[in-house]
Amino acid sequence: MSRRLDVDVAIIGGGLVGSSAALALRGMGMSVALLDRGYCGAQASGVNYGGVRRQARPREQLPLSQRAHAVWPRLTGLIGIDGEFMRSGHLKLARSAADMASLEAYALSVADQGLGLELIGHNDLRERYPWIGGDIVGGSLCAGDGHANPRLVSAGFASAARRAGAHVLENTAVTAAIRNGAGFALEAGDGLVVNAGMVINSAGAWAGAFAEAFGEPVPLTRIYPTMVVTEPLAPIMTVNTGMEGGGIYARQVERGNCVVGGERGLPLVDPDYSRPRGEGALSIINRAAELFPGLRHAHAIRFWTGTEASMPDHNPVIGASGTTPGLFHAFGFSGAGFQIAPGVGEVLAELVRDGTTTTPIEAFSITRFDQRREPLSSNHRTADGSRADPDPEPHHRGVLS
Amino acid sequence: MNGRPQPLVVGAGPAGIRAAQALVAAGLRPLVVDEAPACGGQIYRQRLVPDERSARALYGSEAEKAQALHRDFAALDGRIDYWPQALLWNLRDGIADIAVGRANRRVAYDGLVLATGAADRVLPIPGWTLPGVFTLGGAQIALKAQGCAIGSRVVFMGSGPLLYLVAWQYLKAGVDVAAVLDTAPFQAKLNLLRGLHLAPMVVLRGLRFTAELRLRGVALHYGVEDVRIEGQERVAAVAWRQGGREKRVACDGIGYGLALRSETQLADLAGCAFCFDKRDRAWLPQRDAAGRTSVAGVYLAGDGAGIAGADAAERAGERAALALIEDRGLPHRRERAAALERELSRIGRFRELLETAFPFPAHWVAGLSDETMLCRCEEISVGEVRRAIGQFDIGEINRLKAVSRIGMGRCQGRICSSAAAELLSVETKRDLDTVGRLRAQAPVKPIPLVLVPADLPREAAE
Ligand SMILES: Cc1cc2nc3c(=O)[nH]c(=O)nc-3n(C[C@H](O)[C@H](O)[C@H](O)COP(=O)(O)OP(=O)(O)OC[C@H]3O[C@@H](n4cnc5c(N)ncnc54)[C@H](O)[C@@H]3O)c2cc1C
Ligand SMILES: Cc1cc2nc3c(=O)[nH]c(=O)nc-3n(C[C@H](O)[C@H](O)[C@H](O)COP(=O)(O)OP(=O)(O)OC[C@H]3O[C@@H](n4cnc5c(N)ncnc54)[C@H](O)[C@@H]3O)c2cc1C
Repeated sequence: MSRRLDVDVAIIGGGLVGSSAALALRGMGMSVALLDRGYCGAQASGVNYGGVRRQARPREQLPLSQRAHAVWPRLTGLIGIDGEFMRSGHLKLARSAADMASLEAYALSVADQGLGLELIGHNDLRERYPWIGGDIVGGSLCAGDGHANPRLVSAGFASAARRAGAHVLENTAVTAAIRNGAGFALEAGDGLVVNAGMVINSAGAWAGAFAEAFGEPVPLTRIYPTMVVTEPLAPIMTVNTGMEGGGIYARQVERGNCVVGGERGLPLVDPDYSRPRGEGALSIINRAAELFPGLRHAHAIRFWTGTEASMPDHNPVIGASGTTPGLFHAFGFSGAGFQIAPGVGEVLAELVRDGTTTTPIEAFSITRFDQRREPLSSNHRTADGSRADPDPEPHHRGVLS
Repeated sequence: MNGRPQPLVVGAGPAGIRAAQALVAAGLRPLVVDEAPACGGQIYRQRLVPDERSARALYGSEAEKAQALHRDFAALDGRIDYWPQALLWNLRDGIADIAVGRANRRVAYDGLVLATGAADRVLPIPGWTLPGVFTLGGAQIALKAQGCAIGSRVVFMGSGPLLYLVAWQYLKAGVDVAAVLDTAPFQAKLNLLRGLHLAPMVVLRGLRFTAELRLRGVALHYGVEDVRIEGQERVAAVAWRQGGREKRVACDGIGYGLALRSETQLADLAGCAFCFDKRDRAWLPQRDAAGRTSVAGVYLAGDGAGIAGADAAERAGERAALALIEDRGLPHRRERAAALERELSRIGRFRELLETAFPFPAHWVAGLSDETMLCRCEEISVGEVRRAIGQFDIGEINRLKAVSRIGMGRCQGRICSSAAAELLSVETKRDLDTVGRLRAQAPVKPIPLVLVPADLPREAAE
């Protein structure tokens, strides 16, 4: 059974990155096929922690992050639901004077970026956030940050793209992509051929295979952050919290459940799937009960992990292919792509239409891996990604020091 | 024991007890864990506090079986490790996480027998979340374990053998049984007669229950439709339609259930392959006649692997243990194994007949009103689920969970997931087996946030 579909743009991967690009491209009047091997938004984009946070990102990500920041409060108009987005603020805590100093250094280094960071000392912190226990010396608040429900936001973008006229094809894995005379031919699912002028590779943890197929292998590995959720509790947490140096991050949703992260899981025999390790989940809940006394009598009702692409420098790959005209990459978000994805979608649409974008993305070029002589790992090898160490709330401050 | 970790048996019901016994007979020392404070499982559950009731009063015609199981399990003392009130909440890579109070014990096992049993299956109906409404199993537990009734004037309704059994047990306990409402027409019951040669005792016992209920003036209604539970603060009455006529009966307690649903989460976490079972309308872990799953060293026994009842559970438990013993290279009791399989196959044929006598009222699903609560943990109505299916164009149960929260609450879909799958299938005009099954997630039941890693007791660590 062979079918043909001709479109302007084919998008490989219906995570939040691919779906938001699809919606933006439809807004520009282009015809779009959004292809996913499973269900749109069922991978990292739909199972992440839900942190919508600019704070603690490396400086080079901030313009893109600010662009996305403008999209989040407009979700209802854009996709028909608010995605439970709450501008609660994001509070990064410091356990030691050294950690506090690094929060201060960060605040200083991004002072011109408009994050509005507020440094909070010990006493002030105790007064404003009495629900936080443990030995905390201070924190840094980004009042404009918040959190949202990834399950709804990601499925919501894909549904909105479908309603806007995109061909959304689920359970349709792209098995081959080749450049031909006019553009690209993609083989997908059960005998489908998609002919497209341009292609976006937004296949998340699976994107490496496509980059490699076009002659530009990348050192992509996989990580599997572990999440825990409690039963619904009376309101306790007033902000989305993280910890400098990692180990725990937590938020409370409106209906009362607390979502906590801070460890990494391991893949199953099939590395496309992962599950929490018992001891990892235990560490998270014990840390949560220690840092938040209000959780001491609560129960954990569910644990999960997701499969995420990570790059060695913790920056994503976004932009034009270095080898193939008409091909654009957007993957490798290294544990922090949820907040910026709606901005990435807009940027991709501009790149497709204009060949350029108004948002600086040079730092994310795939060509940055050309010169490096580190050993490359294929995306199907997960050894590097399966390190089961404590998971820092993704932060990227290496560039600052 | 030559340095290999001990086998682990989850569940001390009829299946788990017989499995443990066979393992001990082969010279192994299994670890048996069960959430309950005492052995017996669902059907042979023991009293929380001893009272003056005899085994006969508690277990009726099954008293001897119950006593034999309790006695045989007690006789294993010293030759097994037994952790009661122990919740096994995660399985991975040959390691089990077991919560005992606020301590967490991690156990490496070699050979795993899952005898996790079943729970009541329900479809939501208007008013089913009102105080005073219990599952049939819950109504029985109240009587058996706590020695109290769910009301002073009680209606039992639904489908499945438990319906008449529990109604009869309440009658015997002196409770006013106001009515029994059966979702199936009376003709369906005639199918039971075809099973006389397969399980004469069971059929005769069933006939006795209905006869005694009738004799004592309990109204039995067949083929009830459009059932609604009424009441403000709590249950006051139940109303239904029957042969085109509206009926109603006042009551202050209701036992409701539509047969049983296997507890399969642990098999899922253990990595077992599943297949759709038309008879149980559910995805069940695959197993062969001996109880071997798709994962080497993992065995299934009892109602957790498909509903077959207590007698089958005893045999399946022993059969699975014999498979474990054989796979471990110990002497294999081939003839005993074959005999057990023959009996299981006979009971299996009877099960098929039971299903025709107590069919699931699948046709109720289309008529469910939007206001009816589907998921009680997360308080999600049928209408909300219908809207989510439409809004996100959903055709798969895990996607439905993601966008509607169905199955995300405390019970992890144990109560609502079969109803949600039925609803998704009806709404999207897909066959039930194509809407998928909810993937299990740890912890299989809620665990306290303060759960401290504990060193293993010496005897278990060997
Ligand atoms: C547990 C967890 C917690 C996280 N927490 C946060 C957070 O709090 N804040 C934050 O900003 N970020 C967070 N992240 C990161 C964030 O979720 C990701 O960076 C982001 O969702 C990536 O989006 P994506 O579209 O690139 O990838 P995905 O959502 O993984 O989408 C990729 C899609 O490509 C599809 N695909 C793969 N191969 C093919 C093929 N051959 N053909 C067709 N389709 C294919 C997949 O099925 C998948 O749907 C977290 C990630 C995880 C896993
Ligand atoms: C409430 C109820 C009442 C019933 N009453 C009757 C009846 O009166 N007559 C009849 O013929 N049938 C009855 N049944 C049917 C019953 O399932 C079988 O007859 C029989 O009990 C099955 O035996 P089993 O060993 O397979 O499972 P069960 O007897 O159900 O035993 C399973 C055991 O596993 C334990 N367990 C499960 N998961 C875990 C875990 N994660 N960690 C630790 N322990 C775990 C449970 O606590 C339980 O003790 C009833 C079923 C239910 C649900």
